[in-house]
Amino acid sequence: MSLVLKLNGTEHTVEAEPGTPLLWVIRDELKMTGTKFGCGVASCGACTVHVDGQPMRSCQTYIEDVEGAEITTIEAIAETKAGAAIQQAWEELDVVQCGYCQSGQIMSAVGLLTQNPKPNVEEIEDYMDGNACRCATYQRIRAGIQRASEIMEG
Amino acid sequence: MTLNTSRRGFLKGAAAAGAVLVVGLRPDGALAVGNAAAQINPFVKVGSDGRVIAIIKHFEKGQGPATGLSTLIAEELGVGMDQIDYEFAPSNPALYANLAFGQVQGTGGSTAMANSFMQYRTAGAAARAVILNAAAEALGADVGSLDIVDGMVTGAGQAVPLGEFVEAATGLEAPAEPTLKSPEQWRLIGNPDVRRLDSKVKGNGTAMFAMDVHLPNQMIAMLARSPRTGGLVTSFDDTAAKEIKGFIRAATLPNNAAVAVYAENTWAAMQARDALTVEWDMSAAESRDSAQIKDEILAALEGDAEYNVLKNEPGPMDQAAQVVEKTFYFPLLAHAPMEPLNCTIEADDDGGITLHDGAQMPTGPHMALAQIFELPMEKVRIKTMLAGGSFGRRATPTADYQVEAALAFVITDRSRPVKLVWSREDDMRGGYYRPAFGHKVRVGLSADGEIVAWDHRIAGQSIMKGTAYEAFVVHDGVDHSSVEGVADTPYTIPGFHVGLTDTRKATSTLWWRSVGHTHTAYAMEVMMDMAAQAAGRDAVEFRLAHLGDSADAKRKAAVLTLAAEKANWGSAPAGRTQGIAVHKSFGSFVAEVVEISGDADSGVQIEKVTCAVDCGIAVNPDVIKAQIEGAVGYGIGHVMRDEITLTGGIVDQYNFPDYEPLRMRDIRAIETHIVPSAEAPSGIGEPGTPPSAPALANAIAQTGTVVSDLPMINAGVAFA
Repeated sequence: MSLVLKLNGTEHTVEAEPGTPLLWVIRDELKMTGTKFGCGVASCGACTVHVDGQPMRSCQTYIEDVEGAEITTIEAIAETKAGAAIQQAWEELDVVQCGYCQSGQIMSAVGLLTQNPKPNVEEIEDYMDGNACRCATYQRIRAGIQRASEIMEG
Repeated sequence: MTLNTSRRGFLKGAAAAGAVLVVGLRPDGALAVGNAAAQINPFVKVGSDGRVIAIIKHFEKGQGPATGLSTLIAEELGVGMDQIDYEFAPSNPALYANLAFGQVQGTGGSTAMANSFMQYRTAGAAARAVILNAAAEALGADVGSLDIVDGMVTGAGQAVPLGEFVEAATGLEAPAEPTLKSPEQWRLIGNPDVRRLDSKVKGNGTAMFAMDVHLPNQMIAMLARSPRTGGLVTSFDDTAAKEIKGFIRAATLPNNAAVAVYAENTWAAMQARDALTVEWDMSAAESRDSAQIKDEILAALEGDAEYNVLKNEPGPMDQAAQVVEKTFYFPLLAHAPMEPLNCTIEADDDGGITLHDGAQMPTGPHMALAQIFELPMEKVRIKTMLAGGSFGRRATPTADYQVEAALAFVITDRSRPVKLVWSREDDMRGGYYRPAFGHKVRVGLSADGEIVAWDHRIAGQSIMKGTAYEAFVVHDGVDHSSVEGVADTPYTIPGFHVGLTDTRKATSTLWWRSVGHTHTAYAMEVMMDMAAQAAGRDAVEFRLAHLGDSADAKRKAAVLTLAAEKANWGSAPAGRTQGIAVHKSFGSFVAEVVEISGDADSGVQIEKVTCAVDCGIAVNPDVIKAQIEGAVGYGIGHVMRDEITLTGGIVDQYNFPDYEPLRMRDIRAIETHIVPSAEAPSGIGEPGTPPSAPALANAIAQTGTVVSDLPMINAGVAFA
């Protein structure tokens, strides 16, 4: 089937079968590779994108369900206030190691700060629970979110 | 300082006009200076625009060698970290060998900084020397009056960008022995404010991992592998797969190990692969259950050991006033790096091929692919991409996934590149695990609490036997990686006796972050605590009493003392319990204090881990801290709740939901302290892992449960 995806503010006409995960359309059809494949079963969060502002696991989001929605990926998240703050904090603290999960970590962290600009530690841990990092950069992710919160406050 | 690096004499570089100064190795292996046209495989390139590019011979899976090796170049050359970029070296073991591995290019054993420290500094210093010589000539100044600071040649009352002298420098004679900066002159080495060079691209989605390779007209290949190790394809039915849009074809690999499905995109490949029906010849396949494997290992701990590792007589256990005894079991573990395994092969115009891979040990796949494609080595090219973690998995003695890709490509007409992709399920079930091991330890104590005998039996599945590494690591039958961390402990242990028995492998086995130390440190350090407790002595004091005057023992004692001090050892806050462990691995020393709340019944919460590390000269202190943080998480996450189990030879776990990774809430805080050192840099990627699990076990033991059967949840430990 042919459908129109609105991704990072641009409309793309794509050919994909119903039931195709959004992840594979983003990566293989649109060739935007910042969104990562980690598990395929929504248990690691590496594929997190925003759909109408809400973090979603794109590996378990069917393409036909997001037609017409505003989809945002890591490539455009810097355009949001929280996204810019998170990326600045990530660089200040050198959060990344291998970096493969970090697009998803950042997309989730932006989701958190957008709805809760000053989360406490428990709120951070609850919200970020579904984003796995095999390098175990959690300590710096936690600190990065706290630092981004300060940056946003100005 | 002892370094496994010879500083070879610099030879005269080719004199030719050019805008790039390269410093590196000529085809004959000699260090040399020249321009971009010179036949030099560089460690560093300096452009006339002042941009510096460090050529990194190690791959980057997150441990930071790209930043570390660039730091060495920038330091010696005299540029800031914002003036240097990096590229990965091509596969060429003659020029980019890991000096700790002989003629093999590769990353592992926490050797990246240790083997590169002198080599990359020397290359940077040579670049500095020829640029200064060119500047002295141009400025009519004495070379001794000039310096390079932040990319500017300064002195003689001037400050000129170094790029101005690059062209002239390419024609100069290289110094035979470039002068290295002394530690007092270092501005970048040891500077905690130096940032990673890959942070930005990994935070904005532009970093290119092997999984992100999209070559024009590429096909995606996924494999249906035998569900049991050793099964072979007899036939397959792809009727259902043909219904999947994007499916191209299916074919049995030439070695009958798998059926390859080719598709236009990844999703089609996944669906088509799952739609295949494959018949297997399982006559040579593994069929045991985990319980049988465990029973075999535990049985092998009894009776006579196959190898007397220290070649000595057992200590006088019968003279001990009391004997402390424990049997440990360590299950199979998967590496599960975040980026599932993958690589891409394309045909080159000259009949050669290029492999795009997060290549940890490029020499292995390089040789294997040359053989499969019947090509000379120089026609097999490897483009090293960023790797999304490895923990050892991207380096196998068989080059397993690269060979799969090669076999999947070689049976096509080679007109379309083939990208092999593993799913997470493939990764979890596709072989190569930390082998299962057992330890049985008996410690005899005298009436006054001194060790008089320590009988340590180890049984398990050798990693190195049957591989190309056997000749280097197996001596008199003993696979050193099975006993490292016990047989070579810096502790002074009276009556120490170590026995090893190999057991039959159930799966392929592989080094897993810190290799043998993953189990040996646990057994050693839990026994140390049990012995200290039986002797009525403090865990730190007891360990210190068994650390003598050797250099290693002193360094081990120093990190132990520092970690204890920083953690307020013995003065845990109300409701908290502490455990400590210390271990040497990969030349480095790490002590960790784990502080928990709760207990095994009510639920353990890890509140804080306080670490002290001595890894020699700390080149990038913040990277070192990050490595300790990550290594602690890797060690603790698995020991809490992970294992790979087999039923009838088939792996039971399929994805993260039943091989649950460490999550953010599991460890509340990690604090790392670095011991100042003038020793040569040693390992940092792995040494934080070994002491983490026993430190946690020792903390939990203080609440009443000594865990010796892993993972901890199997022993009834609840986590908050």
